[in-house]
Amino acid sequence: MNLQFIVDGLLTGSMVGLGAIGVTLTYSILRFSNFAHGDFMAWGTYATLTAVSAIGAMFGKIAPIGPLSFGWPLIVAVVIGMAFTGLMALLLDKILFARLRAKGQTIIVVMASFGASMALRSLLEFIFTSRPAYFSRSIQIAMPVGYGIRITPDQIVLLLMTALLVLCVHLLMTRTQIGRSMQAVSQNPALARVVGIDVAKVVRVTWLIGGALACVAGVMIGILVQIRPLMGFDMMLPMFAAAILGGIGSVPGAVLGGLIIGLAEAGAVQLIGAEWRAAVSFVILMAVLLVRPIGLFGVRER
Amino acid sequence: MSEPVLLVRDLVAGYEPGVPIVRGASITVNRGEIVVVLGPNGAGKSSFIKAVAGLVPVTSGSVLLDGKDITAAPAHKMVRLGLAFVPQTENIFPQMSVDDNLKVACGILKPGDVPARIEAMYTTFPDLARHRKIAAGNLSGGQRQMLAVARALVVDPKVLVLDEPSAGLSPKFVSMVFQMLADIRNSGVTILLVEQNARAALAIGDRAYVLVEGKDRHEGIASELWNDPVVAELYLGQRPAQPSRSTDTGGAA
Repeated sequence: MNLQFIVDGLLTGSMVGLGAIGVTLTYSILRFSNFAHGDFMAWGTYATLTAVSAIGAMFGKIAPIGPLSFGWPLIVAVVIGMAFTGLMALLLDKILFARLRAKGQTIIVVMASFGASMALRSLLEFIFTSRPAYFSRSIQIAMPVGYGIRITPDQIVLLLMTALLVLCVHLLMTRTQIGRSMQAVSQNPALARVVGIDVAKVVRVTWLIGGALACVAGVMIGILVQIRPLMGFDMMLPMFAAAILGGIGSVPGAVLGGLIIGLAEAGAVQLIGAEWRAAVSFVILMAVLLVRPIGLFGVRER
Repeated sequence: MSEPVLLVRDLVAGYEPGVPIVRGASITVNRGEIVVVLGPNGAGKSSFIKAVAGLVPVTSGSVLLDGKDITAAPAHKMVRLGLAFVPQTENIFPQMSVDDNLKVACGILKPGDVPARIEAMYTTFPDLARHRKIAAGNLSGGQRQMLAVARALVVDPKVLVLDEPSAGLSPKFVSMVFQMLADIRNSGVTILLVEQNARAALAIGDRAYVLVEGKDRHEGIASELWNDPVVAELYLGQRPAQPSRSTDTGGAA
């Protein structure tokens, strides 16, 4: 067996894991499965692409950084894309989810997110067509790093960036007042209010973080694979599988779940063939739900 | 001593419009005293205290804290207004450490003041200090109640409001919790609590009210109420088993 699957798996796992953080936070704090989360990813990526093009139009051609396929415009554009996606999630909550949440039936909110997902996806196809787009057409040479593993400079940087981002989110959740407030709301919203936490503010922060991370995950896919309106929708099953495998509400769990899904997918491609790739998340999801529904780091509902 | 901190006037409240559970209750809590609200099952004690804390919709009446109208303020603003509430059950965050349970309640404090306030709580409750890194869900029933009270006190509220602090505790912990509340009062904190366990609550209370059918029906000095025949009648619907000196305290204060 070729060890290359480890790099491939870690990369897929990073994308899945970053997306799954948003899924798990929305689920534990707002108590519903947001099926539009994948489409936040796609929208974030297209927003970033648009920002890159705008920067290109303003400053002309800019050389990439060292051996990477992208330069500073993409980094600036991702920040813009993250803000855009976070605000988009916030807006969608304000005009759709918050109103339905107030009526108190979770299943209606879940269905609404399904509808929002379809609408967002179609809108993307309408604006950008379904033809794939790319951040860069340049081809990167993968460097051999031993044991038959090859990795491109882009891949190294993106893996490091994911690790850094996950660390930041983890510190935010465990060491800051807003992070503790988020934990409190996910454990007991009524008590959270009693201890003086503004739940509406926590909900806003949750959408901003989830949206921003979805954008980063999408841009990673855009850099390493390609940009398509369906790119986020295709990530939905792996993201939910990762969030549930890690234990709903757990940020480290979502990331670990993502890595496990990524490695399992990449391994399955080698062992049983690429056509079974999509089945892997599904099998893992079913297995977790049957054997340990609370996931790796989950906690039993009281 | 008789300077009122919390004034509740003719409070009408309930979960559904047109179905009041609290039907015109009035109480006064003076600075530095423990006021106990008693009442038979279904008297609306819990709804009353939750309405005061902003958790049950108020239809009419008023709640004044230090002269400021806090009636029906959103629950999450009550702490900032000076009213700290300890719910009856599920009053801690079980998956957070004892330390984080205290820190999460410090949102209204200046960040620089937080460590000192938390250390102050650990000085008051040394038992919590020994478990500060432990998930709160692993504490004993008495320690949980202690943590819930410490979390309410950490912001130095004007009044501490508790919904049945003895609920679900074993007798050993019940006396511990009431002793703790008496100590807290002695340190200068004003306390309002509703309680099913009348004997234990009256033993530490300064004054008490009896709530029946959502109204305050009787009021008196806590130490005298236990033997008050009116209370026995309102509370139990019968006279107390042991005949004792009855003191007429109706309408006092």
